[in-house]
Amino acid sequence: MSGSSLIAASSANAARRGSAVSRRILIGLGWLVFTFFLLLPLVVVIGQGLSNGLGGFFAAILEPDALSALKLTVFAVLISVPLNVVFGVAAAWCVSKYSFRGKAILVTLIDLPFSVSPVIAGLIYVLMFGARGVFGPWLQDHDIQIVFALPGIVLATIFVTVPFVARELIPLMQEQGTQEEEAARLLGANGWQMFWHVTVPNIKWGLIYGVVLCTARAMGEFGAVSVVSGHIRGVTNTLPLHVEILYNEYNHVAAFAVASLLLILALFILLLKQWSEARISRLRKNAAEE
Amino acid sequence: MSRRISPVIPGFGLTLGYTLVYLSLIVLIPLAVMFIHASQLSAIQFWNVVTAPRVLAALKLSFGTAFCAAIINGIIGTLLAWVLVRYTFPGRKIIDAMIDLPFALPTAVAGIALTALYTPTGFIGQFAADMGIKIAYTPFGITLALTFVTMPFVVRTVQPVLADIPREVEEAAACLGAKPLQVFRHILVPALLPAWLTGFALAFARGVGEYGSVIFIAGNMPMKTEILPLLIMVKLDQYDYTGATAIGVMMLLVSFVLLLLINLLQRRIETPN
Amino acid sequence: MSIRRYALAALASAVFAGSAVAKDFTLLNVSYDPTRELYQDYNAEFINFWKKSHPGDTVKINQSHGGSGKQGRSVIDGSPADVVTLALAGDIDEIAKLGKTIPENWQTKLPDASTPYTSTIVFLVRKGNPKGIHDWADLIKDGVSVITPNPKTSGGARWNFLAAYGYGLKAGNGDEAKAKEYIGKLFKHVPVLDTGARGSTITFVNNGQGDVLLAWENEAFLALKEDGGADKFDIVVPSLSILAEPPVAVVEKNAEKHGTTEIATEYLKHLYSKEGQEIAAKNFYRPRDKEVAAKYEKQFPKLNLLTIDKDFGGWKSAQPKFFDDGGVFDQIYIPQ
Repeated sequence: MSGSSLIAASSANAARRGSAVSRRILIGLGWLVFTFFLLLPLVVVIGQGLSNGLGGFFAAILEPDALSALKLTVFAVLISVPLNVVFGVAAAWCVSKYSFRGKAILVTLIDLPFSVSPVIAGLIYVLMFGARGVFGPWLQDHDIQIVFALPGIVLATIFVTVPFVARELIPLMQEQGTQEEEAARLLGANGWQMFWHVTVPNIKWGLIYGVVLCTARAMGEFGAVSVVSGHIRGVTNTLPLHVEILYNEYNHVAAFAVASLLLILALFILLLKQWSEARISRLRKNAAEE
Repeated sequence: MSRRISPVIPGFGLTLGYTLVYLSLIVLIPLAVMFIHASQLSAIQFWNVVTAPRVLAALKLSFGTAFCAAIINGIIGTLLAWVLVRYTFPGRKIIDAMIDLPFALPTAVAGIALTALYTPTGFIGQFAADMGIKIAYTPFGITLALTFVTMPFVVRTVQPVLADIPREVEEAAACLGAKPLQVFRHILVPALLPAWLTGFALAFARGVGEYGSVIFIAGNMPMKTEILPLLIMVKLDQYDYTGATAIGVMMLLVSFVLLLLINLLQRRIETPN
Repeated sequence: MSIRRYALAALASAVFAGSAVAKDFTLLNVSYDPTRELYQDYNAEFINFWKKSHPGDTVKINQSHGGSGKQGRSVIDGSPADVVTLALAGDIDEIAKLGKTIPENWQTKLPDASTPYTSTIVFLVRKGNPKGIHDWADLIKDGVSVITPNPKTSGGARWNFLAAYGYGLKAGNGDEAKAKEYIGKLFKHVPVLDTGARGSTITFVNNGQGDVLLAWENEAFLALKEDGGADKFDIVVPSLSILAEPPVAVVEKNAEKHGTTEIATEYLKHLYSKEGQEIAAKNFYRPRDKEVAAKYEKQFPKLNLLTIDKDFGGWKSAQPKFFDDGGVFDQIYIPQ
């Protein structure tokens, strides 16, 4: 009896010792991969952006065209993200709380914008709303400009970020199941009460995570927006497009400075995300302890 | 459509309806317009467009490099997820926060930065050039750009699942004499596979369509380093809208089938019987 | 009835009076890649010029730049451009044909076939010309690497291509097969095809790729002017090149809708004035005006220039022959 437990203990020790070595190797490898694939390109961007000192950096990001690009980007984000949040919650609700035929297809359709080339994402709106598009003549008669103007940019941004919130919520809500909601209903809550008091608190942090990713991606979208923007300086240029313009004007430092601004904004919201993630795991742990 | 779980919970009609309407307006109808546009071509014309030698070469290149990038991400993504979940070490939080940055960085900026690094005169490219390896302007460079852009997918799908596997299971297996490889094969792989597949599929699908980051580093040589989205752009710049939409339709169909297959495969794995 | 007529007259007079009253104009000039610097200067000049005769007006000119074909397409698809200033007539022809916002005879509306300035294609090489590149024949020597953009997506690249083809034709005594052979060999020396002229310049200048860049003359001069460029690069003028003619046109339907027909027309006409021509010359475009051209004679080397209309039968025949699917350019890459 004692012999066998001794053997087990020693083999567990050996495993632990072995794992200490492999642990170091794996962490080292992780850092290597991270540095090589992720950090280096980012360092290049920020390094170039700061190569004329902080003065040059701020001059580039406070220039009127850069500011108007920033405004446009923020505007597009403020419209597209809330719309995608409502969609994400609705989609996650019907996918995770019910089972129905065609669910696999629906989930695939939700993922579809991930796999549509940004070039196509822009093109389809041109085919719909462009001067020779399906609704083109009607729009022209009514003097409504959609592509090569703000609505087109917003549409393209919505398209590329459709899946983010739903993707984040579906697994979370599937895991949580339906018991709490059912209990609320049996206790007499109506649909909305159940949603606000039971579901929302449960998915709050996952929702924030989705919003953050959605925002980050919406800020950075280049290809699709490029197709529908028309590249009018100071009017229909988003920040990513402004970076391209500056780069093409031999203004590399300014280009990378504006790109760094995007990176810093992204990093900021990603830190928000991490904070929300930490909250999720703490909540989970608490729930497990209870 | 029959619903089976919990008829007590309301909102099925509302949420499904809203989901379908929204998806239709934003995604499906616009995509359908592309199909309609492409249908101006007869089946034979369509076939001729999508099987032209340049298109086939681009098809091979785009799907090939996206596949390689997804495989690379499958490996290093799992590694990163593992390290982030299982160990605490200095800098862990920083890595964790920065994994998603490729989503936020405009793809064109990523392309410019990577090109600056990997051209034969660039920071890394010069060492590679000394060894006789060319990175930028080759399929290798394209793979690299795609690996960067699609990096978050595998990490972020594997990470939460890995966090949910209780360590005790592995330790118990180890105590019972299982070798690390056996633990990996019999415990980790089955648990992680569905999530891994999702991450892989998303990275792959996104890689096939990626444009902004690739055109700077690709070289864009016909038959050699010309990717499918660039061919669509080329067709558009020649005012050949139907040709462009034909290639778009083909790409979309292939991606959709791939995603669907992987979604089905995943369900197979999740509900074995 | 009479009251109504009176009201109508009053309204009409108000409208006429209104034309003398200060107005706000916003013009959109949709242009191609390398003209950014030119139109930045020219817009300031034009606003001053317009204000002399219309002191109360406020004029804002928005700019859009990109590959010529892409820009043409955005106008076809409804970009609200008042004027287009593109790299080649073929792209404006497409707007006239597909977009129908420009009349088919647009090229007759302004002098010199609506081309207020011209340029040509020259070589930009590394300082001291280490590979000894003096003419087109040197481009296909062993170990020479050539940077040019993709003729499928870049207007400038099409001029490059035709200049090279013209040389091949001349070297082969007019034998098309020889010209095709030359152009085939030339593109074997091209390691990267960027999508636009500016992209190629950046590949050559900033990323240090290639021994020689085939570039717009103005683009090559600009690369010399950029910080330290003159210490790093030399311009080589080949024995033969092509007269690149970037044309301009008012997008009449859009201008009518925006009420900018008059100012848009004036915007393009003023390009032909002494002031406009000076600005073009200062930005390294060859002026049409004889006096201004004489003044800047030293700046622009003399060389034999082919023209698109005489030597290639105009864009209407050159585009399908060389650049459409299956054309000469495709034949280089696709085994027959």
